[in-house]
Amino acid sequence: MKRYKLLVIGGSAGSLQVILSLLATTGGDFPVPVLVVLHRNGVFESSLEELLSVRTGLTIKEVEEKDILNPGIVYICPADYHVLLEHDHSFSLDYSERVHFSRPSIDVTFRSASDVYGRGLIGLVLSGGNADGADGLAYIRNRGGVAIVQDPLTADVPYMPQQAISRMQPDFIIPAEELSIFIRGLVQQ
Amino acid sequence: METNPVQYEELELLLSDLYKRYGYDFSEYSKASIQRRVQRLFTLDKFPSFAEFRFRLQNDSMYFRRFVEEITVNVTEMLRDPSFYRTLRTTILPVLATYPFIRIWHAGCSTGEEVYSMAILLKEAGLLHKSLLYGTDINPLVIEKARKGIFPVSQMQKYSENYIQSGGVKDFSSYYTANYHLAKFDSALTGKMIFSTHNLVSDFSFNEFQLILCRNVLIYFERDLQSKVFKLFDYSLENFGYLALGSKESLRFSPIADRYRQVGREKIWRKVHEAI
Repeated sequence: MKRYKLLVIGGSAGSLQVILSLLATTGGDFPVPVLVVLHRNGVFESSLEELLSVRTGLTIKEVEEKDILNPGIVYICPADYHVLLEHDHSFSLDYSERVHFSRPSIDVTFRSASDVYGRGLIGLVLSGGNADGADGLAYIRNRGGVAIVQDPLTADVPYMPQQAISRMQPDFIIPAEELSIFIRGLVQQ
Repeated sequence: METNPVQYEELELLLSDLYKRYGYDFSEYSKASIQRRVQRLFTLDKFPSFAEFRFRLQNDSMYFRRFVEEITVNVTEMLRDPSFYRTLRTTILPVLATYPFIRIWHAGCSTGEEVYSMAILLKEAGLLHKSLLYGTDINPLVIEKARKGIFPVSQMQKYSENYIQSGGVKDFSSYYTANYHLAKFDSALTGKMIFSTHNLVSDFSFNEFQLILCRNVLIYFERDLQSKVFKLFDYSLENFGYLALGSKESLRFSPIADRYRQVGREKIWRKVHEAI
């Protein structure tokens, strides 16, 4: 049995390029299901899925409520909803208060995914100008999951990875350009 | 760092208690969402253990009232998704205009912002005088707020922008009187509204409507409960009436789907056959 069931990625300003290069594939599915929590700013509302799909060659899907997590798919949180995971591996949407001025919030999804997947979860915090993700990443690590932070020195906006590092002790701090190889190595071991 | 004090099994126990003690059935709410809300309340009110939290809820009905207020999500805004309201203006209201009397139900209306939005649309379409808007919610506190029609002035800029994008051409501020940080909406709007508590899980249909709006409520329910609520709406909707849902909700997998047709690209469906 493979240990890792899900990779959750939290990104804000300056993270899109990192996500694109991380997911870019040479054919075949990404070796673990992926859920991307991206703070959207309205600019790429409708074209985000298409952009990711074209640039990564992967199956990209915006989360719909009650969808069952499916291997081989990269899920994207819809704008203006928090995304939660249920014990039956389905998604729930939530329109409650913003967290760190954000909806979707990285903390909210990280915690919920950790409740379901525990040590089978990998959390990754990328570039951004917001403190979202730090608490959630600590939560993932406390429950036995793996906590990875993009090296702030390689981030367009280093504040978010810095916040994560200052709040908790990540398992790994990895430069942007090495994230793809590192994570593939981790899930395929 | 904290770990997760309210475990999944404990949540089920708690919800079962509340059903037995108060008759409120949360057992078919989406677990992840309600767990998060329960967790939030547990932390906010600084309970030292789950046992004490459970005991308090069992034995203090005022605290249960607080539970209902805090567990339900009460985030709403006026004219949210302006394109939705534009479709109401251009496509739905002209049909409703042909009725001698218009009844609209906002199910899960929270603090009422959507009801006031609808009243403004009806007024501008010249239909408010023959309309009645019912706003219901499980949470009595938000219903009290909705009745007052007083919202924070800080939101008005955003609502005014939504209003213009929805096709509004008047001065949005003509609908309210601002006093310090509060905006009180015109009593001509409030006069056409009836607010009441109503629990979609356990309460019955109470009227027949030409339009039912239930936006961002069904996302908190498990599939079976969603189906039950869809049947309740179907039963409460006149033939050729409309059902409007939130932007990420759908009638697609519901037991009533085959008797409804979607209106354009918005999350609005029209009932085209009665149940047989």
